[in-house]
Amino acid sequence: MKKIMMKGTEAIGEAAIIAGCRNFFGYPITPQNELTEYMARRLPEVGGCFLQAESEVAAVNMIYGAASVGKRAMTSTSSPGFSLMQEGISYIACAQLPAVFVNVVRGGPGLGDIQPSQGDYFQATKGGGHGDYRLIVLAPSTVQEAVTLTELAFELADKYRNPALILADGLLGQMMEPVEIEEKQVSYDNSSWALTGAKDRPPRKVTSFNIDPYGLEKMNLQLQEKYRKMEQEEPRWEEFQTEDAEILLAAYGTVGRICKSVVKIAREAGLKVGLFRPITLYPYPYSPLEELAKRVSMILTVEMSSGQMLEDVKLAALRLTRIEFYGRMAGVVPTPGEIFEHLMQLVRRR
Amino acid sequence: MTFSFILSGFGGQGVMLMGQILAQAGMQEAKNVTWFPSYGPEMRGGTANCTVVISDEPVASPIVDSPDVVVAMNIPSLLKFEPRLKKNGFLFLNTSVIDRKATRNDIRVIEVPANEIADRIGNLKVANMVMLGAIIAVTKCVRKDSVVSALQYKLGEKGSSLLKLNIEAIEAGIKHVGG
Amino acid sequence: MEYKVAYKMPESLSKKQFSYCPGCHHGIVHRLIAEVIDELGIREKTIIIAPVGCSVFAYEFFELDGTVAAHGRALAVATGMKRARPDLVVFTYQGDGDLAAIGTAETIHAANRGERVTTIFINNAIYGMTGGQMAPTTLLGMKTTTSPYGRAAEREGYPIHVCEVLKELRGVAYLARTKVNSPKDVITTKKHIKKAFLAQLKDLGFGLVEVLSTCPTNWGMDPLRAGKWIDEHMVKEYPLGVFVDKVGEEK
Repeated sequence: MKKIMMKGTEAIGEAAIIAGCRNFFGYPITPQNELTEYMARRLPEVGGCFLQAESEVAAVNMIYGAASVGKRAMTSTSSPGFSLMQEGISYIACAQLPAVFVNVVRGGPGLGDIQPSQGDYFQATKGGGHGDYRLIVLAPSTVQEAVTLTELAFELADKYRNPALILADGLLGQMMEPVEIEEKQVSYDNSSWALTGAKDRPPRKVTSFNIDPYGLEKMNLQLQEKYRKMEQEEPRWEEFQTEDAEILLAAYGTVGRICKSVVKIAREAGLKVGLFRPITLYPYPYSPLEELAKRVSMILTVEMSSGQMLEDVKLAALRLTRIEFYGRMAGVVPTPGEIFEHLMQLVRRR
Repeated sequence: MTFSFILSGFGGQGVMLMGQILAQAGMQEAKNVTWFPSYGPEMRGGTANCTVVISDEPVASPIVDSPDVVVAMNIPSLLKFEPRLKKNGFLFLNTSVIDRKATRNDIRVIEVPANEIADRIGNLKVANMVMLGAIIAVTKCVRKDSVVSALQYKLGEKGSSLLKLNIEAIEAGIKHVGG
Repeated sequence: MEYKVAYKMPESLSKKQFSYCPGCHHGIVHRLIAEVIDELGIREKTIIIAPVGCSVFAYEFFELDGTVAAHGRALAVATGMKRARPDLVVFTYQGDGDLAAIGTAETIHAANRGERVTTIFINNAIYGMTGGQMAPTTLLGMKTTTSPYGRAAEREGYPIHVCEVLKELRGVAYLARTKVNSPKDVITTKKHIKKAFLAQLKDLGFGLVEVLSTCPTNWGMDPLRAGKWIDEHMVKEYPLGVFVDKVGEEK
């Protein structure tokens, strides 16, 4: 298989096409435009549909439409645009439709800036829209992993009939790295529930609506049952040099790979440091983190936010070990050196 | 072996392309590479930079505190990145644009009048390729033939007429540093 | 003796009883849509998108596959469906608040793109389901729970004329305003609805029929009075007619 250099955004686009996605509805916003543009160029080549919507609000509802007729559909946006999509995502989750979203996160809140950030973690993993629902959230840390996880996102979205999100950031979106993308024949069959016309069967209704609270509670219970199953079966994570680690770094996405450099620097300095990198942010890999927490003297959570994933680290490891945090916000990317320096301060403090 | 670079200059000086060709060449030598651009609202005119890592190992962080190599195509780039260069690192200066000296004496400075050399070849636009020639000759981070084939890939069929000129520029850069 | 069926329930209507108030025109329009779908023979490939509003249950009343869109987004959902499955027939059923207030952007852009979908737009100048609040189409002087002193142009702006706005958009293939408060109007409306579907079936562009309708409950009138009120007030503000017709004569 040939390696080619690709931007993260473009690699996600090509992976979506490989995964059989033929419908993309999007609206321009930096720093994800390369993905939208890639789809505009590529989808017509493979007989697909690209449409620039009039807003993110329209785009997410177009996704709802395409998904409800049983077709793989995707949209891509960045933080402010993802906020606008929340209502639609809540509908898609409740209607149990598979769809794939990409949020190339930028600095916020508000208009913020266009630099890499992880400030949308809460929005992605704890809701964002109204009601009791969850998104499957995948956080790639390399361009190659972005490809794998995009394909996985479509698979899981179909498997659970639930929206899935690739949570990237401006750094992963903009950087280029060699990738291998394997051509494969993807087939999927949504004919058992999709709106295809009431031919030779009773009419089907796909909605997020039930005026009867007992009926709606039943729908909710169905969703919750799905989420419990996901929590059992789908957590994914990477451990890097954790076997003998005395200190654990916890970080995801781009910061996850930056922390790999920190591990290397720390080990050169004689510190036994390892890295825990969640790949699924929902469902979160609590159990493996809990196991690691029992063995280390400290967990340092590093994020490009004020400490959002930190809350999940605490859910897994509170009272099991010392939990510390280092974060940069608003689009500032922490360097391996500054993280290491902070780590050293913490080590000295104890 | 790992090489990290920050390449910086005015938008339009071709620093992004220089970095991409470097990374592409590294990939063709089966190395692990990353290329990360600064990005912002200015499309032209502002100072742009990119970070390139070429390594025998998987690249962990695509951003670096202290690069092994800084390539400054203009004065703001020199001011911004000279302090971050690793001790004994290489600082490449485009002296056609930068009329001042480096301030540190614990680094290796390579002066390349890239614009003048490019102009002599017949096209100012290939100043970045002149610089690239100097970089590979001094650092030996990638081979010349890898750069040429990376260039071929980047230019594609549409740009094939420009290939000869670009190769000439790379060779002039190599020659300038005595490679 | 042989019997001939002269009148029956359209196949495209489900057997569910309508939940609409007495004198409300939703039921009439539902039936007309169902008759048109039957006549065009497209029931097995037609999808209904219900709105948020009184007709939120519309998807239940048709013997069709269907969904409910978020408030105002029916035409975005329709766009997604039709783009993903151009072989399906897709229509939205929307009220004035849904289509002309919260969903204005979606309406204008779907029409402008010439989406091959059909929209039935019920204009009764009021928000019904939420209890009689002001709509974008509420008439000047008309009292609602959120314009208790009567709609005033300087305060609430003017009633919005959806057809007159949309007729300038080149993606529109069929556009008409009609009413269903008399047998003659019912017959005319059915023709309009059919043509709005034909605009889609013939791949000509976007089709929309605006139906001036009653809301006896929130207007505070009995059904007969409400029917008359359409002629006395609504038609004056919203002239009936065909605004765009690229479909031509029915064969």
